[in-house]
Amino acid sequence: MREQAVVRFAGDSGDGMQITGARFAMETALAGSDLATFPDFPAEIRAPVGTTFGVSAFQIHFGSVEVATAGDDLDVLVAMNPAALITNIMDLRRSGTLIVDKGAFTERNLTKAGYATNPLEDGSLSDFIVLPLDIGRLTVAAVEGLGLTSKQTARSRNMWALGLVLWLYDRDRKTTTDWIEKKFATDPAIVAANVAVLNAGHAFGETAELPNFLRPVAIGAAPVAPGTYRTISGTEAVAWGLVAGLKAAGIERMVFAGYPITPASPVLHALVGLRAHGVVTFQAEDEIAAICAAIGASFAGSLGVTSSSGPGVALKTEALGLAIATELPLIVIDAQRAGPSTGLPTKTEQSDLFQAVLGRNGDAPMPVLAASTPSDGFEVAMEAVRLATKYMTPVFLLTDGYLINAAEPWLIPDPAGLPTFPVAFRTDPHGFQPFVRDPATLARPWARPGSPGLEHRIGGLERNADTGDISYDPDNHAQMTEARAAKVAGIAADIPEQAVNQGEDRGELAVVGWGSTFGPIHMAVRRARAEGRRVSHIHLRYIAPFPRNLGDLLKRFDNILVPEMNRGQLVTLLRAEYLLPAERFSQVNGKPFKVSTIFGAIMERTSGNGKGGAA
Amino acid sequence: MTATPTLVKLQPKEFASNQEIRWCPGCGDYAILKAVQKALADIGSRRENTVFVSGIGCSSRFPYYMATYGFHTVHGRAPALATGVKLANPELDVWVMTGDGDGLSIGGNHMLHVLRRNVDLQIILFNNEIYGLTKGQYSPTSRAGTKSPTSPNGSIERPLSAATFALGAGGRFVARGIDTQQAQLIDVLKRAHANRGASFVEVFQNCLVFNDGVFNEFTDRAVADERQLHLVHGQPLLFGKDRQKGLRLDPSSIALEVVTLGDAGVTMEDILVHDETNRTLAGMLAALEPPFPVALGVLYAAPVQSYTAALYEQQATGSPDLEALMTQGKTWTV
Repeated sequence: MREQAVVRFAGDSGDGMQITGARFAMETALAGSDLATFPDFPAEIRAPVGTTFGVSAFQIHFGSVEVATAGDDLDVLVAMNPAALITNIMDLRRSGTLIVDKGAFTERNLTKAGYATNPLEDGSLSDFIVLPLDIGRLTVAAVEGLGLTSKQTARSRNMWALGLVLWLYDRDRKTTTDWIEKKFATDPAIVAANVAVLNAGHAFGETAELPNFLRPVAIGAAPVAPGTYRTISGTEAVAWGLVAGLKAAGIERMVFAGYPITPASPVLHALVGLRAHGVVTFQAEDEIAAICAAIGASFAGSLGVTSSSGPGVALKTEALGLAIATELPLIVIDAQRAGPSTGLPTKTEQSDLFQAVLGRNGDAPMPVLAASTPSDGFEVAMEAVRLATKYMTPVFLLTDGYLINAAEPWLIPDPAGLPTFPVAFRTDPHGFQPFVRDPATLARPWARPGSPGLEHRIGGLERNADTGDISYDPDNHAQMTEARAAKVAGIAADIPEQAVNQGEDRGELAVVGWGSTFGPIHMAVRRARAEGRRVSHIHLRYIAPFPRNLGDLLKRFDNILVPEMNRGQLVTLLRAEYLLPAERFSQVNGKPFKVSTIFGAIMERTSGNGKGGAA
Repeated sequence: MTATPTLVKLQPKEFASNQEIRWCPGCGDYAILKAVQKALADIGSRRENTVFVSGIGCSSRFPYYMATYGFHTVHGRAPALATGVKLANPELDVWVMTGDGDGLSIGGNHMLHVLRRNVDLQIILFNNEIYGLTKGQYSPTSRAGTKSPTSPNGSIERPLSAATFALGAGGRFVARGIDTQQAQLIDVLKRAHANRGASFVEVFQNCLVFNDGVFNEFTDRAVADERQLHLVHGQPLLFGKDRQKGLRLDPSSIALEVVTLGDAGVTMEDILVHDETNRTLAGMLAALEPPFPVALGVLYAAPVQSYTAALYEQQATGSPDLEALMTQGKTWTV
C-alpha cells in the first residue's frame, strides 16, 4: 500500500480547478488521511482562455503518514488543456500519471500554449503514463438528455476529472454530491448534470480498459491523536483565532477594518461571517482608513484589527507609528506576497519581515508573530490578541499567500481548554494618569471614552511620561523612547522559550525558519536525520522580541542555516542580534520550498558522521 | 452611556482642559473653541461621552484644549479614525476637527467617504485658506494668485469650495459659519450636533499670521450686511442693510440673480425661499461668489439613516458559540 501521493489539477482559470481540488481534499480528509493543499492561481480573474498565464492549479499531498508540505513532485497531474500541461509537466515525476483532456489539444490551443507539435503525438511524454481522454466529449455524453446548454456542459468538465481521480484513490463521492446538491439547490438540472458527470468520471475508471497498472490506490488514515478533526484553511484559522482571542480577553467587540487586496481579502470575507461573535467589519476607502478606523475602535474600547498584504501594509505604516505612540492595542495581519510594489499578487513570499520589524519612522518597536502552518494561525491569532491587550501595543501577525489559501486537517480544540486573558479596563478615576505604566508589563491603562472621570487626550505628539500631555522635553522623549522599547522587549519574559522543533538542542547544523517554510524544513530535517545527519529544526513564532533563550540555543550549533522565501531577512536580524555566522538560504520564485531543495542544502552542510537515529 | 439624567448641565468653561493654549494670540481658533464649548454646554453634553478627533495642523490641536476625550491623530485621517470610534461605540458623540489642508488635501479621500457613508459625527473644518503650522504655504482653498512661500508669483491653482465638495460627496448636512460671529456659529454647531449623520460645518477662520484678513471682504462689520446672506429654513433669501436685497431664480439661465425689492416691480413673491432639503438650491448657494453675498448658516439638511445605525441594524445577534463555529461543516472523529 502506498503511503502518500501528490496530485495536481491544472486548467484554465475558468475550469473550476480550485473547486475540484477543494472537493478532492475534503473527501481525502474525511477518509482520515493527513494532507496539505497548495492552491496556485493567476492574478487575473479570467485570463484569455488557453493562455499559459491563465492557468490555475490546485495541488494536494496526502498520506497515511505525516504530511507537512504540499509535496515536491507530482504522482498525478490532471491537465485540462495544453497551457496547463506545458506549465506543470516539469513537476510530474518520472512514471507519474498524466491525465489530459485531449479534446482541448486543438491546433489553436497548442499554439497559444507555445507547442510547435502536439505533445500527445510527438513522443515527448514518453516518461509518463499518459491517459489522453476526451473529457469534453465524455462530459457531453454524461449529460445527454438533461437539457444543459453547451456552455453549462463545458463548465462541468472538472467534475468528470474529479470523478476519475476519486476513483484512482478509492475515495468516496458522498460529500461531493451533497455539496453539489447544496450549492446548486435552486437548479435541479445543474445538480443532476454535475452528479452525472462526477459519476461518469468515476465509472470510467471502473470500466474503461486503462493501462493495467492503473488501479485504485487506497491511501488510508494517518496515525493521529484521537479527537474530532476538520480541515481548516489559514484564513479560517486566523479568523477563528481572533474570535477566540476576543472571547478570551473578555472584550465585547472587535472592529475589523480592511481594504480589498490579494491575498488578504479572504480574511476580511471570513470575519464578515462572524458578526454573531462580536465582530464588526468595515470595508474602508483605503488601507490607511482601515488601520485608522481600527485604531479609533481600540481607543473606544474595542479590539481594532486590520489586514492587508505588503503594499497595503506599506500604506498603513504612518498610522502604525501612531498606534505605537499612543500605546493602543491593534492587530495587523500581513498576508505576504511577492514584492516589491505590486510584485506577484497571488504568489507567496516572506519578504515583509523587515517591513514588520523595522519599517517605521522613529524608534518604533512592536511585537511580530508569524504563523507556520495553516492551522497554526489559530493559536498565533489568539496570542496576538493576548499580547496586544496585555501590553497595549500593536502586534504584527505575519502569514502569507500560501498559508492563507492552503488547508490541512486540524484537531478541533476544546473551547473550555483554551487560555483566557481577561482585559481590565480602567474605571477608577482616582489617581488616573493615561501614561502611568503598570510596573510589571509597562503597559499604560486602557480607559474607554464613556468612562466618567477618565477623560484624557492622546496623540502622535510626544507626551509626558505620566500625564500624557504634550511634552517637548528632551529628557522626557528619551525616557519615553526607552519605555516603549523596554515594554516590547519585556514581552520576551512572557512568551515560551524557543523549543527545538526536531532534533537535539545542539549539533552540527540548526535549520532556523519562520512562517510557512515550516513544512519543507520539517520534512527535510527528518530525511537528513534518518540518514544520520546531526541537524535540528528550530522554527520561530516570535520574531520581535526573540524568545529569551534563542541566542544561547543557537550558539550550541556549529552552523546555522536560515531558509527563507526572501533575500535573507530573518538571517540578517539573527546576525545583528546575536553576532552569529548564520547562513542565508534564499528562494524567491513565488513558490514554497521543495523538501528536496532544503534536504540537499542540509546534506551539503553536514558531514554524515552523526549517530543518526529515528526520524 | 453612563450619563444619568440627574446630572446638572456643565458650564462652557467646564469643557476646557487645563492645557495652555498654544495658538497665536488673536487666532480665529480661539473663537471656534469658545463657540464649541458654549454649544456643548447648551446641548447638555457630558464630557465622558464626547470625543474630539483631529488630524494635523493648527486646527487639529483642538482636542488638547477640551476636557473631553480626545485623539490628535495623523495628517488627514481624522474622519477614518473617528469612524472607528463610532463603529466601536455608536453611543459616543464624536467631533472631527480639521482644516482646509488636513481635511481637503491630504485627507480629501477620507472626507469624501465619511460624508458619503453618512457616519454619525460632526466635522468642523477650519478654513483659513492657508497652511499655518508649516508656515504659510498655499492650500487647496487658497484663491488663485495667493502669494506664499511655495507660490511666490501667485498660486496658479483654482481653489476648492469646501461646501461644494461636501455636497458633491453626498453630505446630508452642510453648513457654514464665521469664527467671530459667535451667536450664528453656536447655532450652526448645535444644528450640526442634532443631525444624525455626518454634519459638515465650514468655519471661515482668520489666520492673522499668514493670511490675515483674507475673509474681510465679507466679514468686516462695515460690509457684513451687504456681503452675508444668513439662511433660515422657510424664510426668503434676503440680505442688505434694510433686507431690501434678495435672490431670485432666473429661469432662462437656471441661475440666481440679485434683485432689490421695489426695483422694476420686484416683490417678495419673486424672492426664493430657503429650503434646507433642496440639494440643487444648496449647491447654488454654496457656489455663490462676488458680486453675490456669501451664504451662511445651514445650506443643506436632508437627513437619512446614518451609517452606524444601518450597520448595527445589520449586525447579527445570534449565539457566539465558539464550539459551534469550529465544528460547522464536515468533521471526523479519530
